[in-house]
Amino acid sequence: MEPFTILTGIAAPLLRVNIDTDLIIPKQFLKTLVRSGLGQYLFQEVRYDAEGRERPEFILNQAPYRTASILLAGANFGCGSSREHAPWALKDFGIRAILAPSFADIFYTNCFANGLLPVQLPMEAVETLAAVKGPLTVDLPAQQVRGGGLTFAFVIEPARKAVLLEGLDEIKRTEANLSDIAAYEIRRRQEAPWLEIRTF
Amino acid sequence: MTPRTLYDKIWDEHLVAVRSDGTSLLYIDRHLVHEVTSPQAFEGLREAGRPLRRPNAILSVADHNVPTLGREHGIEDETCRLQVEALEANVRAYGVPYLPLLDDRQGIVHVVGPEQGFTLPGTTIVCGDSHTSTHGAFGALAFGIGTSEVEHVMATQTLPQRKSKNLRVRFEGALSPGLGAKDLALALIGRIGTAGGTGHVMEFTGPAVRALSMEGRMTLCNMSIEGGARSGLVASDGTTFAYIHGRPLAPKGALWDAALAHWRTLVSDEGASFDTEVVLDITTLAPQVTWGTSPQWVTDIAGCVPDPAAAASDDDRQAMLRALEYMDLTPGTPIQAIDLQAVFIGSCTNGRIEDLREAAAVAQGRKVHPGIRALVVPGSGLVKRQAEAEGLDRIFLEAGFEWRQPGCSMCLGMNDDRLAEGVRCASTSNRNFEGRQGRGSRTHLVSPGMAAAAAVTGHFTDVRCLMGG
Ligand code: SF4
Repeated sequence: MEPFTILTGIAAPLLRVNIDTDLIIPKQFLKTLVRSGLGQYLFQEVRYDAEGRERPEFILNQAPYRTASILLAGANFGCGSSREHAPWALKDFGIRAILAPSFADIFYTNCFANGLLPVQLPMEAVETLAAVKGPLTVDLPAQQVRGGGLTFAFVIEPARKAVLLEGLDEIKRTEANLSDIAAYEIRRRQEAPWLEIRTF
Repeated sequence: MTPRTLYDKIWDEHLVAVRSDGTSLLYIDRHLVHEVTSPQAFEGLREAGRPLRRPNAILSVADHNVPTLGREHGIEDETCRLQVEALEANVRAYGVPYLPLLDDRQGIVHVVGPEQGFTLPGTTIVCGDSHTSTHGAFGALAFGIGTSEVEHVMATQTLPQRKSKNLRVRFEGALSPGLGAKDLALALIGRIGTAGGTGHVMEFTGPAVRALSMEGRMTLCNMSIEGGARSGLVASDGTTFAYIHGRPLAPKGALWDAALAHWRTLVSDEGASFDTEVVLDITTLAPQVTWGTSPQWVTDIAGCVPDPAAAASDDDRQAMLRALEYMDLTPGTPIQAIDLQAVFIGSCTNGRIEDLREAAAVAQGRKVHPGIRALVVPGSGLVKRQAEAEGLDRIFLEAGFEWRQPGCSMCLGMNDDRLAEGVRCASTSNRNFEGRQGRGSRTHLVSPGMAAAAAVTGHFTDVRCLMGG
């Protein structure tokens, strides 16, 4: 996976609360069999009208936000379904960091599997950053967001930080524990034999 | 020993290792797989040349994309068909148990798992689907995961996890007749908000929860994700054991006895500490109806569409204004005065036999109001068969409802069951997000009885006024 270190880019403000995964990527695009190509459908129902024309009032249809790599949003971003299509679509569009007061649990985890950094900042900080002219810098090693002469520190769990900084493959990491897993399975078979799965 | 919560106990039993970075590796007992969130996971395995560790720990079924009419003729929509075919090819290649489209046992994954006895107390259960929380009704730790995690479980039968906080929800008092688990769930989310449970596992307690059937408990746990919690839990008891006993995949004979002895220990200990407690007195609760585009925007049937001017903050006010515009509602409108064009009874929230009985009791001898299209979609083939054996299909058909084949259907409309722009629907599903049931459609979440009452009167009506003849 692509590592995340320091990102400098345009930040698009979309300051609604409860931006759900249905809004980020509607169901008709979940029929795909691959992870790529979803960026064009990101926020589809608010980005385009029923005829597929861009809605000029939507932030990502405006310059310079078409090339945004940072999204500023309200609380509870990514609530709703578990669809990883949401971070896939964000990433494919070019977004690498989302700054919001809070994130839904599954979406938050899905971000790290895809090299996306969800940054938790108080709403006042997000609003202040939204008013900054020019690009923002999201500095993961320093755990800071900078822009317009301002600096905001953020907190992130060290294990999550390491995954992004090094672009770690979680499955490969877990494979280091394969002997623990095998030992657990043997123990469980003795302690809870009813868990053995019967077949139809 | 320090008293532990039910969540603590299941967690401890599944801990494989604590890694140097502080994360825990949790063993996953059961994995449910459907066609929408699995193709990229299988593809990932294939690309990395990794085997699937325990094919038998998976139960797979197609549900989101399946047609609810004429499925014996195959799937007409090409993208839907390709996704189901991809699942079928993958499960064949990896030797994963699968319930085919025309099998009587096919249905929504969260209805099928419990029906087959795949869902057991004290297990860890995952699925690439947020409503995996449903299985918590059995005292199982069940949560939704993303596709990368699906691949991780396929490869290792584990997941790196951080422990959540414990939240106890206690419902005080008894539900009055005509109310059910859906009303409990909506009232709770109305109270704590859709982010209220974020970072927590919710355990539901209180006499009203004990009195619920397994169907009701599943409805309640199903909605815990709408309150932000990844998992909901109800400790198993006699009701749970009676439901599981004799199911095809449930333990039998001596294994059953051993299981039962263990399951009885899976309760939160006296004095176990919870990080957060929520107490809700439900004695005077009335049927719940959502008015907005988030499940937290809910009121009771005697209420009115609220005024954003009364919102707690500016952000809330903006959000409410937007919701009212989307829903085409004016503040102060009585809920009962809202007219509808569609009714959907089904989904993993309310597509089980008890839900259909509740709706049929209201529909019996009445007619669907002119101008309303009403759909009943059983949660599984077995629910459908049972309903037909009880004559519920006749009741619905005579009243003017459509009686369909099982699947997710109009809960999210990945198949052909979609609402047109601007159509207002009373739905027994779990999400009323913008565009959820079709671009521009307007969803109001209610219980099955309330949905049937809306279908026969043309607007929201207190189901209690239509009960008892
Ligand atoms: S019925 Fe609806 S909520 Fe349940 S699994 Fe299907 S689409 Fe998801």
